[in-house]
Amino acid sequence: MKNIKLLILGILFGIVLSKAEIISWYRIYEMFKFQSFHMYGIIGSAVVISFFLMQLFKKGIIKDEAGNKIKIEEKEKDFKRTFFGGTIFGLGWALSGACAAPLFALLGYSFLPAFIVLIGAILGAFVFGLVSKKLLN
Amino acid sequence: MDFILQPWPWYVAGPLIALVLFLMFYFGKKFGVSTTLETFCTLSGANKLSNYFKNDLKTQKWRLFFAAGIFLGGVIAANFLTPNQSVNLNPDTVLEMASLGFADGGKTFLPKEIFSLEALLSVKGFLILIGAGFLIGFGSRYAGGCTSGHSITGLSSLQIPSLIATIGFFVGGLIMTWFLIPLIF
Repeated sequence: MKNIKLLILGILFGIVLSKAEIISWYRIYEMFKFQSFHMYGIIGSAVVISFFLMQLFKKGIIKDEAGNKIKIEEKEKDFKRTFFGGTIFGLGWALSGACAAPLFALLGYSFLPAFIVLIGAILGAFVFGLVSKKLLN
Repeated sequence: MDFILQPWPWYVAGPLIALVLFLMFYFGKKFGVSTTLETFCTLSGANKLSNYFKNDLKTQKWRLFFAAGIFLGGVIAANFLTPNQSVNLNPDTVLEMASLGFADGGKTFLPKEIFSLEALLSVKGFLILIGAGFLIGFGSRYAGGCTSGHSITGLSSLQIPSLIATIGFFVGGLIMTWFLIPLIF
């Protein structure tokens, strides 16, 4: 039953990604060409609102449904990793016009080509897992 | 009802994404999608090859439900909520696309030069799709997150590593868009 809530939340997220054209290859191209405010407005407003939510989580004013304090996981402070990994991800984002979540929504629009991108992404995560010890020391 | 069928502006989408993030944390989870790729690896038996993938699937199951939901959301939007797939692009973008050989810039969500069966069945087209996917999967796991985990959750909780990752996303994206895409197409 708990997972049904996440399924419904995923449906909401998938519809937002689709209806705001975040899954459109062209919107990502336009963003990286600085020719439209659309994507910056979406990410920027999501970040600003989330900033206030994070404050409420941190102060314990909003707790989770079980009544526990919501903790935000600290990201690892490995700058080489985040920068180079981020750059590799950015190359793929701009080429496919999709980051991780839109890949799933895109299956609803262009099933087979998007499925190949998803397979590539799973392969990429798999290869990273195999070499992670060497890369991260 | 008409506004639902129109493309949603940024000031509707951004707050709704923040709402998804809020509910995610409220449900005791976190807002991150690229880890789901690892869950797929574990499901496919990668845990037999590397300890990296030895996760307890039970604690990761919610990710599969969330991803399945995103897929269903895409199906619902594609079939019922998008009567017109044209994207209202900057006219400069459309002209640039045309000069790169993309015929119908913005007439549909996705360029047929990349996302069509015809493109998929060509060697170059297949390599573009699978290669782009590979970069997304490898890069997001190397960076420890993607747009949702770093650029939204991480930036809004003022984490420096997420700022570095987001700068990386842009460095990669700019290199691809300004230098590599004109070479590839």
